[in-house]
Amino acid sequence: MPDWVYTDRRIYEREQERIFFGRHWNFVGLECEVPKPGDYIRSYVGEVPVVVTRDMDHGFHVFENRCAHRGAEYCREYRGNTERFVCPYHNWTYDLAGDLVAVPFRRGVKGKGGMPPGFDMAEHGLRNFRVSAYRGVIFATACEDMEPVEDYLGPGIREQFDIIFDGTEQVLLGLHRNVLPGNWKLYQENLKDPYHATLLHTYLTTFGLFVTSNESDIMVDPVGRHSALLSRRPQGRPEVSEEDQAQIQAYREGLKLNDESVLDFVREFDSSWSGAAMTIWPNMTALRQTNILNTRLIVPRGPNELMMIWAVFGRASDDEAMTRHRLRQNNIFGPGGFLGIEDNEALKFVQDGLRRSMPRVGLALLGDDDEETDTIITERAIRAMYRYYREAMAL
Amino acid sequence: MTGLAAADKPRAARADRAAFRDFRLEIEEFHFDYADALERGEVEQWCEFFTDDAFYCIIARDNYESGLPLGLVYCEGKGMLKDRAFALRNTEMYAPRYLNLQISNVRVHEAAGATIRAEANYLLLETLVEEPSRIQQVGKYYDLFERIDGRLLIRERRCVYDSVVINNCLVFPV
Ligand code: FES
Ligand SMILES: [Fe+2]
Repeated sequence: MPDWVYTDRRIYEREQERIFFGRHWNFVGLECEVPKPGDYIRSYVGEVPVVVTRDMDHGFHVFENRCAHRGAEYCREYRGNTERFVCPYHNWTYDLAGDLVAVPFRRGVKGKGGMPPGFDMAEHGLRNFRVSAYRGVIFATACEDMEPVEDYLGPGIREQFDIIFDGTEQVLLGLHRNVLPGNWKLYQENLKDPYHATLLHTYLTTFGLFVTSNESDIMVDPVGRHSALLSRRPQGRPEVSEEDQAQIQAYREGLKLNDESVLDFVREFDSSWSGAAMTIWPNMTALRQTNILNTRLIVPRGPNELMMIWAVFGRASDDEAMTRHRLRQNNIFGPGGFLGIEDNEALKFVQDGLRRSMPRVGLALLGDDDEETDTIITERAIRAMYRYYREAMAL
Repeated sequence: MTGLAAADKPRAARADRAAFRDFRLEIEEFHFDYADALERGEVEQWCEFFTDDAFYCIIARDNYESGLPLGLVYCEGKGMLKDRAFALRNTEMYAPRYLNLQISNVRVHEAAGATIRAEANYLLLETLVEEPSRIQQVGKYYDLFERIDGRLLIRERRCVYDSVVINNCLVFPV
């Protein structure tokens, strides 16, 4: 991969057009983020700010957070509940579907001024996206004739997706937000890269959460754009072979947490895999790890920066003890989590390298494209993504 | 309520104010030591500012105000604090940095028996190699202190941060 794929403005702009506004479904939020009629959140399609709403009939809408009049970004709150959006500049008013419902002094004052007689409010609503809510997950697209989300995910990936989003009611536990000085694709790569898991995240190996000998499977959809890293945690503490210990620099043997209950695994999924880290092209990751459930929304902010919006959730059926268990376990992820800190730091290091070094072409050579899918020492999923990317970008 | 008790009230309030002033000074000194330990990266020492059953969390203000319980850091009991300290010292990978933790505007709200309820503002400045110093976190502590064997310790600390969109990641606690 040449450096310019991650740093060039023209590539970045082409991505906005061909990827985020192209033939893809963008993740914009979870139904549990807008649980009641009239609820809304700020979100993004690519770099474009949007608002996601639930209307009075429980339909979902996604429209631009930009007034149709002079273009003001009218919604300034992370979330809220309302019947209409009133742009503060000249009070143009929109309903929960983004339709324009009021223009002050539309007919002018005393017969003077006002909008031209032919002005049709129906033609001046907020620019909206086609929306599909699939199993509690809200997607939006600018494409007129997208296939259903189910087909977009493809059979194998969809099966894994349906385990995380099993159709039971979810409850939002909260959000994390961070900016990261890295290209948005680096975040996709990070979750398609099982190789780093035991090397960077020594917390995992030290406390027995994930080791190289764990059974695993790296699944990629037929087109190469989505992926799932599946793993199985053995009962009890896994063995880390001496050979592996020597490869992992920071490995320490025999360490135990003071509070081991944090790593308890309460069985709740209909799957033999205890963990699945998924990437859904182009801007979503979904994770279930032990009893952690989260999604991440990747927002590109120029070639050298991205924003992450993490939504962490549980189930409506959780009792208080289960909620607290999830909250404790979530110390592992997020921008203050044991793994989250390391991923964000490592990606910053990569972008620093990309931005200010002698140009070169990066390597992703590990593993074989046609070998069995049960090794983690591979970059197969990253290569698959770039094969697809190249095609989508017509590069 | 008798007239006598009512007449006593202003005096009692004055006595309270004096006591609160003493508590405030004591808490400020506590914070100076607390910040010093974190600035020096002495995370194990940081754990010793807490009671064994302490609750400690760092929570984004938008979550806090929406009643969403998720913490950026969420620890029940000193064991979890120690595990975080251990990870920061031994397993975590992060760029080296200088920390500067400012704690101010201490206000004592309530003192009952061995406990004191108080709040304070905090500001964490971080400086990475060859990068300008930047505000990493700005927020408020909502605290419950407890005096155990004469020493003030934190039994509950909620760090509610205004800087909701975090700059990359928060490595050290506040
Ligand atoms: S810019 Fe929104 S009403 Fe004028
Ligand atoms: Fe990672």
